[in-house]
Amino acid sequence: MPVRVQTEDFDVSHEVAALRANSPQVGAVVTFIGTVRDMNDGSSVAEMELEHYPGMTEKALQNIVEQAKARWPIFDALVIHRIGPLLPLEQIVLVAVTSAHRGEAFSACEFIIDYLKTDAPFWKKEQTPQGARWVDARTTDDTALAKWKLPDTATGVAK
Amino acid sequence: MNIELRFFASVREALKVAQESVTVPANVKTVGDVRAFLRERGGVWAEALADSRPLRMAYNQEMTGADTAIEEGSEVAFFPPVTGG
Repeated sequence: MPVRVQTEDFDVSHEVAALRANSPQVGAVVTFIGTVRDMNDGSSVAEMELEHYPGMTEKALQNIVEQAKARWPIFDALVIHRIGPLLPLEQIVLVAVTSAHRGEAFSACEFIIDYLKTDAPFWKKEQTPQGARWVDARTTDDTALAKWKLPDTATGVAK
Repeated sequence: MNIELRFFASVREALKVAQESVTVPANVKTVGDVRAFLRERGGVWAEALADSRPLRMAYNQEMTGADTAIEEGSEVAFFPPVTGG
């Protein structure tokens, strides 16, 4: 279950091929790709900078993948998250999950990206015509996570 | 006790510090105590680490709450809610 944090771009075909190589038990592969939009919260975005917490990020992503594996009978999962400056249209994140059948692969993939959004220590800063601004966390991300019914302690929400 | 501090994103920018080694007095026993201790520096510290701020905290690189006890040599981090993905 590889987890990678990198500045360089990724090739989805190549990553999926590697993930299911020599694994004839795989019957389903679900991938999610997050990309940079040129608009956010009413402003055009010229560039985005992604900061992270080296060390903690990798542990957090591993933990999220472990939890997905504990919940669904998936074979493998891959998470690649980019850092550094990114332009609109560029790829930010890839989640790929393999399983025997589509149901668990869809669920596990959605769970991983939902959990990543609220728990992995990444932060986005946008360049807009009004200047640079840090992206605010969305309450819709917490709502998305809530449907997986994780215990409060797992979300790291400071009390 | 000596601990390592880490600050990220808007908190790092407000404090103008990314990383710092600090010696805390004996009455600072938890992650929440560290936050309160740093607030006593006043100015941007009082502001960026205020209780009203929706800060996240990590202890030895795991998300945690204010009640987590700290130990010698541990790493305590403060940052805003995460926005990856």
